[in-house]
Amino acid sequence: MQTKLTINAQAHTLEADTRTTLLDALRFHLGLTGTKKGCDHGQCGACTVLINGRRINSCLTLACMHDGDEITTIEGLGTPEAMSTLQRAFVEQDGFQCGYCTPGQICSATAMLDEIKAGWPSHVSDDLLADPDLSDIEIGERMSGNLCRCSAYPNIVDAIRDAAGTDSA
Amino acid sequence: MTAHLKMDKPDHRHRLDHMAQGVIGQPLDRPEGPLKVTGTATYAHEWQVAGMCHGVLARASGIGPVIRSDAEVVLAMPGVLAVITDERLLRNPAQGTADAAPVQGTDIAAYVGQPVALVVAETFEQARHGAQRLGLIIDVDDMAVTDPETAVLETPKGKQHSQGNLAAAMANAAHSVDVTYRTPAHSSAAMEPHAAIAMWDGDMLTLRGSYQMLKYNRNELADSLGVSPENVRILSPYVGGGFGAKLGIAPEAVAAAIAAQKLGRPVAVALTRQQVFETTMRRSETRQRVRLSLDEGGQLTGIGHDAWVSNLPDESFSEPVTQATRFLYAGDNREIGHHIARVHRTCAGSVRAPGEAVGVTVLENAMDELAHVAGIDPVELRKRNIPDRDPETGKPFSSRRFAEALDRGAERFGWSERRAPGTRREGEWLIGIGMASAARVNALMESKARVTLNPDGRAVVETDMTDIGTGTYAILTQIAAEMLGLPVNQVSTSLGDTDFPSAAGSGGSWGAASSGTSVFLACENLRSQLAQRLDCAEADMTLKDGQAVFDNRVQSLSDILDGDSLTAEGHIEPGATSEAVRQATFGAYFAEVAVSAVTGETRVRRMLGVFSAGRILNAKTARSQFLGGMTFGVGMALTEELVHDPRDGHIVNHDLAEYHLAVNADVPQIEVEFLEERDDWASPLQAKGVGELGICGAAAAITNAIFNATNVRVRDYPATLDKIIAHL
Ligand code: FES
Ligand code: FES
Repeated sequence: MQTKLTINAQAHTLEADTRTTLLDALRFHLGLTGTKKGCDHGQCGACTVLINGRRINSCLTLACMHDGDEITTIEGLGTPEAMSTLQRAFVEQDGFQCGYCTPGQICSATAMLDEIKAGWPSHVSDDLLADPDLSDIEIGERMSGNLCRCSAYPNIVDAIRDAAGTDSA
Repeated sequence: MTAHLKMDKPDHRHRLDHMAQGVIGQPLDRPEGPLKVTGTATYAHEWQVAGMCHGVLARASGIGPVIRSDAEVVLAMPGVLAVITDERLLRNPAQGTADAAPVQGTDIAAYVGQPVALVVAETFEQARHGAQRLGLIIDVDDMAVTDPETAVLETPKGKQHSQGNLAAAMANAAHSVDVTYRTPAHSSAAMEPHAAIAMWDGDMLTLRGSYQMLKYNRNELADSLGVSPENVRILSPYVGGGFGAKLGIAPEAVAAAIAAQKLGRPVAVALTRQQVFETTMRRSETRQRVRLSLDEGGQLTGIGHDAWVSNLPDESFSEPVTQATRFLYAGDNREIGHHIARVHRTCAGSVRAPGEAVGVTVLENAMDELAHVAGIDPVELRKRNIPDRDPETGKPFSSRRFAEALDRGAERFGWSERRAPGTRREGEWLIGIGMASAARVNALMESKARVTLNPDGRAVVETDMTDIGTGTYAILTQIAAEMLGLPVNQVSTSLGDTDFPSAAGSGGSWGAASSGTSVFLACENLRSQLAQRLDCAEADMTLKDGQAVFDNRVQSLSDILDGDSLTAEGHIEPGATSEAVRQATFGAYFAEVAVSAVTGETRVRRMLGVFSAGRILNAKTARSQFLGGMTFGVGMALTEELVHDPRDGHIVNHDLAEYHLAVNADVPQIEVEFLEERDDWASPLQAKGVGELGICGAAAAITNAIFNATNVRVRDYPATLDKIIAHL
């Protein structure tokens, strides 16, 4: 069936099986392979993209459910020549090794920083009404939907803290 | 021009220390980093190939002969192109460095989850539906043994060792422990599922896959298909993690190649996450008995380490649990036992640091128990028992800063603040600190690389070595830049293509030293070629920033090259230094945990590792390798466990929701420190392996800390809350 998607500010018309996940649509139909498949079951976060600014596991949603949606993938956040602040911080802090979980981590972190700005609390926030701070514990908690088997976690925390311009806490 | 070296003698020259560029060891950002963080590094399953169709493997749901399938029903489904049950499909993945086909065949399912057919269709969705729909009738063999506890045991003679009289040493000991621990099976669980895209051009096969050791993988794939290796090219420029699971060719590659040939079209096959768990290597579960005897002076008089592991009937690999027990500590009376249970479970093979990951961990738990019963500080007990020479063979150690690692770690971590077990509490949390030693054998392997200096003075490094996250792109670039006196951005490194000179591959922690040495040798040769053009001795010439300095003159490389390009191939082979000395890497881990007195849950609050591992080639990527290894240790200590159903051996928790890797919130800001070291016997780089050392005992630091916090010994990994709360 036909679905109209706006991906990284470009309009696409997708012609695909109704069973096609948003992830497979990106990877197999649109050639946007920056978004990774680690599990296909919402268990790893490698497929994280932004839909209308919110992070989502693209393997857990069908492409045909997103007619008219604005989707941002890792390719929309920066290029090797013009990396986003987070992308550059990941390179400098070595926030990855094999790089396979990395686009998901960066998409997730991009949205996560907005969530913090918007004042969303997390499981580890002491005060649900206060503005959340960007402590290591808050970053670790909010990023735990993105697995990294290379286990770059300490460097991912450093990279996110750097990109957000805050000191260690 | 080929520069060949057989490592028969130690290399005391330390050439990398005498070069002028000053990039070796520096924390250089990964050159491929910008591609990885922007999603533009292309992994196996991501090549956009015209006319490509998709294959999905179908699994056996039971053990026994596969007597029938309803392929015709599936063939009639929309888009389905083929149902392939070719006898060449792999039953087991190939073990690391196998170099030949692994066990093949689809007529019998030897374990639950074995791939027995490939359904190929125009789209992924159609192929997946077909594979799920395919009815396979299996004549289930109820007698198949799947439980190691009841299986027949093999006790191979060559894997046992005895010297002195351990029983007498135990009987006469001032203090002793005799303890049995268990570790469960583990999965590598690399984030990129295995995948392959196969394309034939006549009788030439090109396979884009995700593998660690292309030289071997090419031969394994060719042998599996019954074709000549010359007709096979494998490309793996980016590999989304391996940790042992991608050492050997695996079912998806052979299936994709067979299907692509049959259909005359490119075929892509990716394993599902569940298939990664079921049909790629698992680390065997282990049962380990450790006996330690100590005299009044705190000297070990005896060490016994017996291991029980398992594997499928036709597999020669068995987890080398006691590998480092043989040289880590002194003690005249020694016994090593090794027993293999033959079971119908997923193939057992290498998972990060086969042997030491679980073996050193349990030895280090037993050492902690001994320190406790003897009333000796755990760091002190280890220091008192560092042997002068390899205690089995009498060979000297090549280089070893083990005692310094223990001391440095203790000092930096604040080990002297440690209190008696069960005496520190902060509200709900019981606090403890623990430590463990790290040890891993070191090896050099044959490896080749080509380095070309182009007329513009830029260098290109080419080898079929892989970078599985290990930092190969970075360190080979740095070695070439250092040797040729070039800024790192004047060197480009191309990897992962069997058309390039064949390398050692990524595994056994030997990749950096082996492939790095091949690049080093090629560059030494290029230096000689340049010196010849300058009519000076190679050693009298200084290369820096693209210029040669000699005889008080300065000339740019492009001037010296004068429009020519120079090429050299480096070729390293292991030699007498492998046997003349005991080569290994060492270190010490320290951990602080908080255990909830209410739930029994353990949180790791601090963790430090100090390591003695030869020259560090890139401080940033090496540190990341240790962070990764130690985090595997956190997982092993607290959550990771492959659960097999005792009835048919199938893996119950075959996905990332149920097999619990450490997540970001589980891991503190781990600290890593390297001790300055040069190992002249290991390689001309004086470097050793770092990829696995981080996991070789790390879990014991955490479980020893749990004991210090709670007085509870968990001898059955992982230390989940139920095993702790019951004793609080
Ligand atoms: S691929 Fe979507 S969460 Fe793992
Ligand atoms: S970088 Fe390899 S899984 Fe995260």
